[in-house]
Amino acid sequence: MNLLTLVLILPMVGFLASLTIPRRFPQNSRAWALAVSLATFAQSLILLSQFDRNAPGDQFTVDIPWISTPDIHFHVAVDGISLWLILLSTFLTPICVLISWKYVQDRVKEFFAFLLLLEFGLVGVFMAQDLFLFYVFWEVSLVPMYFLIGIWGHSRRIYAAVKFFLYTMAGSVLMLVAIIYLYNRAGSFSYAVILDMLASGKLTFAPAEQMLLFLAFFVAFAIKVPLFPLHTWLPDAHVEAPTAGSVMLASVMLKMGTFGILHYCLPLFPVAARRCAPWIAILAIIGIIYGALVAMVQPNMKKLVAYSSVSHLGFVVLGIFSFTQIGMDGAVYQMLNHGITTGALFALVGFLYERRHSLEIADYGGVATVAPWLSTTFLVATLASIGLPLLNNFVGEFLVLQGTAIANFSWAAWASIGVILSACYMLWMYQRVFYGVTVAEVKKHMPDLSLREWAAIVPLIVMMVWMGVYSQSFLPPVSKATARVLEQTHINVPERVDLRRNVEVAHAR
Amino acid sequence: MPVNFGATSADLIRFLPEIILTVMGTALMVLDPVLHKRASFAFGHLSLFALAAAMVGAVYANTNPGTAFGGMLVVDGFATYFRVLVLAVGILTVLPSYSFLGRQQAETSEYHALLLFSIAGQCMMAAANDLIIVFIGLEISSISSYILAGYLRDDKRSNEAALKYFLLGSFATAFFLYGVAITYGTVGTVNLTDLRAALSGTDAPPLGFVTLAAALMFVGLGFKVSAAPFQIWAPDVYQGAPTPISAFLSAGPKAAAFAVFLRIFMTGFGPIDAAWQPLVWIAALLSMTIGNFAALLQTNVKRMLGYSSIAHAGYVLVALTAQSDTGTAAAMFYLAAYAFMNIGAFAVVSWVSGPGEKYQTLDDLAGLGRKQPMMAAMLTIFLLSLIGVPLTGGFFGKFYIFKAAMDSHLVWLSVLGLLNSAVAAYYYLRVLVMVYMHEPGDAVNETKPLTAGFRLALIVPALGTLFLGIFPTWVLDFAGKSATLGK
Repeated sequence: MNLLTLVLILPMVGFLASLTIPRRFPQNSRAWALAVSLATFAQSLILLSQFDRNAPGDQFTVDIPWISTPDIHFHVAVDGISLWLILLSTFLTPICVLISWKYVQDRVKEFFAFLLLLEFGLVGVFMAQDLFLFYVFWEVSLVPMYFLIGIWGHSRRIYAAVKFFLYTMAGSVLMLVAIIYLYNRAGSFSYAVILDMLASGKLTFAPAEQMLLFLAFFVAFAIKVPLFPLHTWLPDAHVEAPTAGSVMLASVMLKMGTFGILHYCLPLFPVAARRCAPWIAILAIIGIIYGALVAMVQPNMKKLVAYSSVSHLGFVVLGIFSFTQIGMDGAVYQMLNHGITTGALFALVGFLYERRHSLEIADYGGVATVAPWLSTTFLVATLASIGLPLLNNFVGEFLVLQGTAIANFSWAAWASIGVILSACYMLWMYQRVFYGVTVAEVKKHMPDLSLREWAAIVPLIVMMVWMGVYSQSFLPPVSKATARVLEQTHINVPERVDLRRNVEVAHAR
Repeated sequence: MPVNFGATSADLIRFLPEIILTVMGTALMVLDPVLHKRASFAFGHLSLFALAAAMVGAVYANTNPGTAFGGMLVVDGFATYFRVLVLAVGILTVLPSYSFLGRQQAETSEYHALLLFSIAGQCMMAAANDLIIVFIGLEISSISSYILAGYLRDDKRSNEAALKYFLLGSFATAFFLYGVAITYGTVGTVNLTDLRAALSGTDAPPLGFVTLAAALMFVGLGFKVSAAPFQIWAPDVYQGAPTPISAFLSAGPKAAAFAVFLRIFMTGFGPIDAAWQPLVWIAALLSMTIGNFAALLQTNVKRMLGYSSIAHAGYVLVALTAQSDTGTAAAMFYLAAYAFMNIGAFAVVSWVSGPGEKYQTLDDLAGLGRKQPMMAAMLTIFLLSLIGVPLTGGFFGKFYIFKAAMDSHLVWLSVLGLLNSAVAAYYYLRVLVMVYMHEPGDAVNETKPLTAGFRLALIVPALGTLFLGIFPTWVLDFAGKSATLGK
């Protein structure tokens, strides 16, 4: 069987099998989920080792007809971008199993089953090459997350879960209309076929038509990113979700949006994307600064990290719409970085919550003296999030800002305010939680990291350092893929659109 | 054309499902005094047997398609599809009825006999090629349904439902009949094939009268499929009728009425489609909007499903507005998917509602996921399908419908329809919230563990829903092939 489909099928098989585990053995459910998610991760590592890093196109392609009328295929493949996002998903799932080991005590079987179903949906989104299949996975991943938030979340979980579902649903029905419309025009759901038709001029869109299609796709993705001002579901969902839910949501699900923009919106509708780029860049910059400012005044740690996500994802969008190779490389790298760093931050906040049962910053203080290792790991994650050189976020932010500066220097100048602000809110939170006088409550309930928690956090820390020190392990396949995207965004773009091709390519490396 | 009333053997074979159902229904009533005391379950078994036999009959009849009784009846792929569908609806209705009738301590023989008669009428509607046969089928189906809606005769709500259904239903049938009369008066025929020929001929009859006839029939059928603005009865009847019958009403008679709808308007009035298309367009939009927005406010689950059924009728009308073979096929597929998911959802409600149908509100479902995980999981499948989440039949149904609409350049209707379905997600999610995110209340604490038979009544529709969602090709291909409707 094809390596790639195995990565997809393992979580599904794991999900179905986990339904048969009797409810009275919760330990079996946990162990099973860990085994399946580790096997999936191992499988995706094999995928990585077999991936040809010098080929720009899709690899591990599988194309099986699924439904005859209309012609829908089970068509999956990966390129240099989706490969890393799939690895990110499979890497974080076992970590999520570990951090939920004790956290989830109620309806354990269902929790881990939903976690595996979520992994199935996420991995599917990144590998689908058929627009219909993509939509299927897009919606399927929504359901387990809805339950994760709604059943195992905090006090306002129901509100948050329903809001999350409806926001995403409202965006995605418009995308469905656009997908059907594309099918009627192109006669195929296959992404590769549609791109070929665009490249050969067999399929062209009128400007207004292209703009509407672009917006239909873009709004669905922008809600997921979330781009300011469509972000309001995010703080609710992140804060109310259980730790593993927040981690998967922030680290992987948000990337579905940025991945969609990069992978679908730009190549399919280059003219409209270029027309909208200045407006979108402005929204992204507003998001960067607004997210950072709101994060600064949050009394709740989870909410603070959630708003910091709005800010960080603004960088990703900005990088994509810089239409430069460096900016796009940085955007993809920043997607991965944000996944690792924010995942780690949510996990660590979850550790604190498990001990002290509070998310309020004011309830903490002086944690460093009682739990030094917890504090150290938290510090590494904090510094990574700020963008300290030699840690991962620095590389991503640097590339994004450089690419943006090539496109428009003032955008880069405004965006860099976000970098400064991120240092303020993260360090200030760190100071209030970990330093100062040790509160009595904290002293009583704050053991240091357990072995299980070490196992969950160390891989994340290793990745932060590795990605910060030696980005060459990761970037070359990304560059190949972004170069292809950039090439596709030149197709059929009329001269009057401001196309600074020389600038875009000259700084390619 | 002279009509020969002497039935040949080919005629009888093409009428086989109706014959089987009528004979078995009569037999059930005759057997009542003999079997009554000993085994009330026997009637259920017999009824299942009759439905299965009729299904075999319907499939067998399709091996030699053609018209029967001088063109009054036609057996083609379309007729067979809907015959099998309403028979399947019958089976899905009988399965949860065993335990329901036991709980309510109601008579079983008449219940099953009436069900068989009603389905016989619907089979006839599916195969009708003549407005008079349509009318006879409609009446056979409706009169049995009126009685079934009031089957719990000591229950006030059930009585109210039956009366309302009867009064408004007869009114609507009168509209339909009036339309038939005007058609006959203007065109001189009630045969749909002849009607089509007459309307597309060179000396076509006056368009005004024909349009009036079409509009009157539209009113009558609009009532039967609970499309807005003729939907007023639906929530009351679905709320008051015995729960398995609510499920039946929302799937069986509705599917048969849509079959007739398609047959009359695509075959008979096909040539004058420009005249009636705006009617369907408006009705589709009104049904979706009224159904979905009214459902947002409901606290009674049966009533909510009633409003949701209005909205779903709106989706099917969107497929009709497309006026194409793909639209017809999409409507056929959707009705099958809808039958599975809706009957399944009603079956869960019927189990939770308990003796005397005491527990029907949304709050009564609280904590079902904790006490009855298997039932809750099945309900989740049905609700996700009603929302239209991929890998369920409901999603593909909606997808095909809106694809057909976009093929016919109805982009705005598609956008409005899909936004409507996002609104609808809210009230279905409310049920899931109750089931999984609240602690059990009285209703759920009092529910009995599932019996093996009832488990089957949940698993069969759930598997059907998933099957249509993952392998829609089989059903869709058949629907697509038979959607040409003898044009």
